[in-house]
Amino acid sequence: MKPFGYLRAASVEEAVRAGAAQPGAKFLGGGTNLVDLMKLGVEEPPLLVDVSGLPLDRIEELPDGGLRIGATVRNSELAAAVAVRERYPVLSQALLSGASGQLRNTATTGGNLVQRTRCTYFQDISKPCNKRAPGTGCPARDGAHRDLAVLGHSAHCVATQPSDLAVALAALDATAHLHGPDGEREVPVTEFHRLPGEHPEQDTVLRPGELITAVRLPPDRPGAHSRYRKARDRASFAFALVSVGAVLEVRGGAVRYAALAFGGLAHRPWRARAAEEVLRGAPATADTFARAADAELAAARPLRENGFKITLARNLAIDALTDLAART
Amino acid sequence: MESSPQPAAAARTTAATAERSDMVLHVNGVPYPLTLDHRTTVLDALREHLDLTGAKKGCDHGQCGACTVLVDGRRANSCLLLAVAQNGRRITTVEGLAEGDRLHPLQEAFLDRDAFQCGYCTPGQLCSAVGLLAEAADGFPSSVTPDTAAPGAPVPLTADEIRERMSGNLCRCGAYPRIVDAVGDVRDGGIRTGQDVAS
Repeated sequence: MKPFGYLRAASVEEAVRAGAAQPGAKFLGGGTNLVDLMKLGVEEPPLLVDVSGLPLDRIEELPDGGLRIGATVRNSELAAAVAVRERYPVLSQALLSGASGQLRNTATTGGNLVQRTRCTYFQDISKPCNKRAPGTGCPARDGAHRDLAVLGHSAHCVATQPSDLAVALAALDATAHLHGPDGEREVPVTEFHRLPGEHPEQDTVLRPGELITAVRLPPDRPGAHSRYRKARDRASFAFALVSVGAVLEVRGGAVRYAALAFGGLAHRPWRARAAEEVLRGAPATADTFARAADAELAAARPLRENGFKITLARNLAIDALTDLAART
Repeated sequence: MESSPQPAAAARTTAATAERSDMVLHVNGVPYPLTLDHRTTVLDALREHLDLTGAKKGCDHGQCGACTVLVDGRRANSCLLLAVAQNGRRITTVEGLAEGDRLHPLQEAFLDRDAFQCGYCTPGQLCSAVGLLAEAADGFPSSVTPDTAAPGAPVPLTADEIRERMSGNLCRCGAYPRIVDAVGDVRDGGIRTGQDVAS
């Protein structure tokens, strides 16, 4: 690991100022991904700006009935929050399906969103990787890509975003609150992560020095139910092969509202707008759910070894929606 | 609870350009003043600088759980925590679980159940189990907690709950069934019930 400076930020303003002043500086939250990548030599920040002591560790009720989740709220605290379990079960379930008890106690809300791909080439500095070292190539396209993208990938990168939390937040229409050198702004979580295109080195739309300070959830929909389903290689402590976050409201046998997002399929949580279009107003039946999944997954371009993800995503979506429909 | 004073702005600015910092690590109730390279993890600080070698370095990447300690009562992988970032936090290692010669009930249960073979993962298993019991009592759900469970209420620790919650601790000897039994004994008040919950 390369030596680095360390600054314990006393305020958001100081953190942002310090982060912007030094090229390559990184914010330190829980460090569960960042410190690991520093050990691997993938990340080499000259300065760590520690934001874990900032007063961003609260979950607050909003006047509109939504929730504001501070960026340093730990994953385990967020998953256990009564308001989250009662009103946004998909969010609690997504968090609990990821990592281990130890990691969830350490990892933060903001850090979870900016965690980096687990593509094995990205994590191995002896290998080329356009995301880690732009212009060196993507060995994953023809190599070990079973766990990688089937949607939205480019000639330059086939990595997937590994966050379960991000998938739930995408389905819930959450927004990320950002604080940067030029002020504050809000970005929908569905637009926070980028597709790789020609610049896979940019995971997100974050600008230099910009810090996630909170995530805002809109009010939950009365009458809607939500859940998270995840398929992985072992029963616990593994990243998703495919996951789905779903919110469904059924009235009189017809779908009144549906939000669907896939994880494990792309460089960002994949909000399934085409599937939602099919679902809206249609009979809440397995046949509708299958047509909806097919409408979304028609755009998939599987690589040599990951075509199974399309079938898996289809089945998970049908299963999650069928379960939710049965509750109304 | 006392807390370390915020370092003055000048000291913080120095740390931002330096590669080492002065710090105080609070471990098992003892404050240890140290000057460490920023790269030093809590695990390396414990083992290399404080002679507390209970926490083990298995994978050094947060995947095996052998380095598990408690930070402010919650379990964490000490291999991924930077020592310099633990300002004011209270760390408990396996050495801090017993009270004098009286072992922690989980330590007794691990002995009673023979819940290990080589023992390398055991300190991490113990700290993780201590954390698990507190989390369940505090109403932390897991991915196998039923949807019908009341949010915020203590979670009953079935064998499935124990297995899921211990999934961050690997045991290459495969002592898992005994470990689940030992944790189950302590859940039941530290008394071996004769029931093997893992079976």
